[in-house]
Amino acid sequence: MRQALTLVNRLGGLWLLVGLAAVLVLPWYKLPPPDTGGGASLLGSALTEALAGRWWLLPPVLAMLAFAGLRLGRGERWPAHAAVPWLAGAAAILYLGQAFGIGLRGPAIDGIAQAMPAAALGQPGLGVGGFALGIALTGIIADSLAMRGFCRGERFAANAVIFVITLLTLFVFFPILRLGSAALFTPDGVFQPGLFVTRFTAPDLWGLDCLVGDRKCGVVINTLILGILSGLCSTALGLALALIVARTGFRFKGALRAISILPIITPPFVVGVAIIVLFGRTGVVTGWLDLLFDIPRTRWVYGLPGILLAQVLAFAPITFLVLLGTVEAINPTLEEASKTLGAKPFATFRTVTWPLLRPGLAAAFLLAFIESLADFGNPIVLGGGYDVLSIRIFFAVVGARYDLGNAAVLAIILLTLTLSAFWLQTRWLGKKSYVTVTGKSDAGLSAPLPDPLKAAVYLAVIPWILFTLGVYAIVVIGGFVTDVARFDLAPTLRHLSTAFAFEFGQFGLQLYGSAWDSLQTTVLVSAIAAPLTTAIGILTAYLIARQNFAGKGAFEFGTMLSFAIPGTVVGVSYVAAFNVPPVDITGTMAILVICFMFRNMPVGMRAGIAALSQIDRSMEEASQTMGANGFATLRTVVLPLIRPAIFTSMVYAFVTAMTAVSAVIFLVSARHNMATAYIMGRVENGEYPLAIAYSAVLMIIMIVCIAIIQLLVGRRQLGRRSEMHKPPAALPAE
Amino acid sequence: MTETAIEFVDVVKRYGSVTAVDRISFSIRRGELVTFLGPSGCGKTTSLRLIAGLELPSEGTVRIAGQDVSTRAAAERNVGMVFQSYALFPHMTVIDNVAYGPTIRGGDKKAAAERGMEILAMLGLEGLGKRLPSELSGGQQQRVAVARAIVQQPDVLLFDEPLSNVDAKLRRRVREEIRDLQRRFNLTAVYVTHDQEEALAVSDRIVVMNQGRIAQIGTPRELYNSPSSRFVADFIGDANLIEGQFEGTSFVAGDLALTLPGGPGNGPATISVRPEQIALAAAPQGSATVTNAIYLGSRYEYLVETAYGPLLVSAPITSAPLASGDRVDVEIRPDGFTLLES
Ligand SMILES: Nc1ncnc2c1ncn2[C@@H]1O[C@H](COP(=O)(O)OP(=O)(O)O)[C@@H](O)[C@H]1O
Ligand SMILES: [Mg+2]
Repeated sequence: MRQALTLVNRLGGLWLLVGLAAVLVLPWYKLPPPDTGGGASLLGSALTEALAGRWWLLPPVLAMLAFAGLRLGRGERWPAHAAVPWLAGAAAILYLGQAFGIGLRGPAIDGIAQAMPAAALGQPGLGVGGFALGIALTGIIADSLAMRGFCRGERFAANAVIFVITLLTLFVFFPILRLGSAALFTPDGVFQPGLFVTRFTAPDLWGLDCLVGDRKCGVVINTLILGILSGLCSTALGLALALIVARTGFRFKGALRAISILPIITPPFVVGVAIIVLFGRTGVVTGWLDLLFDIPRTRWVYGLPGILLAQVLAFAPITFLVLLGTVEAINPTLEEASKTLGAKPFATFRTVTWPLLRPGLAAAFLLAFIESLADFGNPIVLGGGYDVLSIRIFFAVVGARYDLGNAAVLAIILLTLTLSAFWLQTRWLGKKSYVTVTGKSDAGLSAPLPDPLKAAVYLAVIPWILFTLGVYAIVVIGGFVTDVARFDLAPTLRHLSTAFAFEFGQFGLQLYGSAWDSLQTTVLVSAIAAPLTTAIGILTAYLIARQNFAGKGAFEFGTMLSFAIPGTVVGVSYVAAFNVPPVDITGTMAILVICFMFRNMPVGMRAGIAALSQIDRSMEEASQTMGANGFATLRTVVLPLIRPAIFTSMVYAFVTAMTAVSAVIFLVSARHNMATAYIMGRVENGEYPLAIAYSAVLMIIMIVCIAIIQLLVGRRQLGRRSEMHKPPAALPAE
Repeated sequence: MTETAIEFVDVVKRYGSVTAVDRISFSIRRGELVTFLGPSGCGKTTSLRLIAGLELPSEGTVRIAGQDVSTRAAAERNVGMVFQSYALFPHMTVIDNVAYGPTIRGGDKKAAAERGMEILAMLGLEGLGKRLPSELSGGQQQRVAVARAIVQQPDVLLFDEPLSNVDAKLRRRVREEIRDLQRRFNLTAVYVTHDQEEALAVSDRIVVMNQGRIAQIGTPRELYNSPSSRFVADFIGDANLIEGQFEGTSFVAGDLALTLPGGPGNGPATISVRPEQIALAAAPQGSATVTNAIYLGSRYEYLVETAYGPLLVSAPITSAPLASGDRVDVEIRPDGFTLLES
């Protein structure tokens, strides 16, 4: 291993070798899928393609040969040569220029075709060689910068910075830019900037008729109404839960905390389905109400009330965790002081406790608001006629009225709303709140809640608990009885076998069930994505916490952004960006993995930053002075010391990949379907028991996998979703 | 083999708008112990880190063993560093800590462990190899940190305020241990401290720093006896700074006139006089008055009011000490003062 590394370095470094292979050996273009048969023969390397008339591929080839020459003339530290960054930069620009300038159907500018006739034929997306060259150029630029003192001359760190920036650019910013430009094109691909205004001002976006008349509101207004109501209700419920846990003698606090973790591992749709099963027109509770109290059966649950119910159920645990921190941080001595001054309990609460709670409440509200805007699973199941942005975007891309431009405009609106809320939130949380943060103070006893408030709190929480229990009871039994929706509780394995039938026959294990494919893909994608997500998240944390480099502020902002973008927007932007050359990767498993990596990395990043801020950085410096390079230091010193963060990140990345829907729903294909997409199909067909059975299976798999990860990484600590919403502990206040 | 172990040429280190190290040049000879001395924030640690490669200079050249390492990362240099917090790896045993460098540089694991054992034994730590750092006393931890830093025979051994985590009572012993070790292994060492007494005690030479610049470089004796600036005179030991005028080849202040060894000068000037370079003689008609007399066990300290300002005087114990209010004659020894740069 070590010898191999030394040999590679002797030969001029990994990047030179990769680059040479990329231009001389590897197929430059994306290979046509095997089932399309033949097509233009584009199996050549950059060199052979260039000699065959695609002259625009020559610069990368020449640059790589020049680097090889430098290696021969200059020895192992060849990237230190003054010409290297310029040469690599120029090669990178020409490489990008040709990739974006000459598309599938020919060049973007006519003049190019005159100079190089072959360009008129167009070119397919980049293949192994094309991507490898991009990687090699990035690495050579990083090496040459490191040898000029970038990142204190640490090659590993310099490479990490440059690669993470490149990846964020490619998989976060570039898709958003493509999305922006898609908003300016007609469905037939004609450039028409005025269209943006037409689309943006469409009456079905901004209509306020539901407030004054009895017709429907515009979709943006609907989204905002839902978001605000959901934020308010979730915050109120979260506060009630936090007060119960922190300020009363409630006996089942442990159970409450446990319940609050459930939504994290609950697949989407299942809560919606359970609500329909309970409260739909033919629902269980509806039936009882009809039977016992003659309350007529209605469809009230479809639309705003149903979505709201489902969202509050899902978000209250998040707001609870935020507010629990706030409530516990309030120093009881303040309240005691107020009491000794003669204030009555309610006056104390109003004048002391409440003002201290306000920043936490605002944060919790914005959090739930952002989650509500991004929510896709609940509205699509329970929406009825109540349209929200995420749903409208979805149907603009996958529905019969395919219109990417329109989807782009809607996505931009959704993105703007989310980012505004996100910006408010980080500003709010970034500022030092005036809560007396001392952790759990044991000086003095907390004031017990005044009685009326206590009653109100119980009144809010007890129905929530019953409701949660009801929903999860449906999840547990629904898949294993004949028809839970009609209260036919005869046990059966029929649904399970529809999805997961198998047989040990003469050909070995055979899987008949209709869900096997999607389950296999889901587990495989999640299992690949979890370590990769963790790797990039922890690496980014390491860079932010430990490295100083020019542009670090923008770098941090970029990582934050990648996480603030709603899943639906990510999905559309990936469709806009990666459906065409040069990066044509839709329909592959890679795009699913990539999507998860960049959506879920911020959790690992924040856990990593928090963990790193606890570790004396002179340990890493000691390691470096003893001759360990950046990578060896990371491996032997840093990683062993931040295992809990790695565990958190792994679990979170795995679980979210298993349950995510909003972004991947745009990216799945017949070959690579995901469990959530499959479940959504079943829900749309009304096959609720099947959907529930599958969800239960998913939950069991997740619990087993969390246990396995825990064994592997070896530390007990469940990832909390709220962690990703906290401002990173180690960010300097600027 | 060059005689110069480390050389800085016009080295500048900036952090944004802060200039931590402002164009410094010096060189350190092989086998020498050099101290960076100065008040907090003057750039000592930064200079040390520039040697280690934990920071790279914004401008200028750093050479180690004759090689330009200005853009070389720490891992590509051969330096040992003992950190203020010791920075032992808490998840590795003592021997794994000590053998870390040789192992990570690709050496044979067993040979590295054997070499580590040897060094531990030399530092009086035999038998502790299997323990975790948290199971050692503070002094033992420091010795492990030193063992870890010298196991690879570094070009230079760096200490950043090594006594700051040591019990006040043990400081003298630990600093003698360090000095002894440096001589025993013939190491080139750089030592950072803000304590002038410590610097005087351990160093071959001292680099006095102030606000990112070098104020003066010299042996402890040179710095003490002939400080070149007000800052150095003040920072190292106690000094009486007397302001006066050049008059021909003399320095004149009030009723004081001293012949300068150098050539004649012009205009205002300042001299520095150490308290023990002043002799007092009781004289009823004397021009100066003792305003305070303090008995310090090993000597007396007097505060004397003169025509050119107050003086601090250190005098040996005699049978007839002066008392507050006594009138005295003041005599400054002919070679007991230094003219400071204006
Ligand atoms: N990483 C850094 N970023 C910004 N400023 C720094 C950094 N390190 C040191 N400084 C500044 O450089 C100056 C010198 O610091 P330092 O070398 O640590 O001083 P000393 O060790 O002499 O106390 C100080 O003003 C300090 O604030
Ligand atoms: Mg310091």
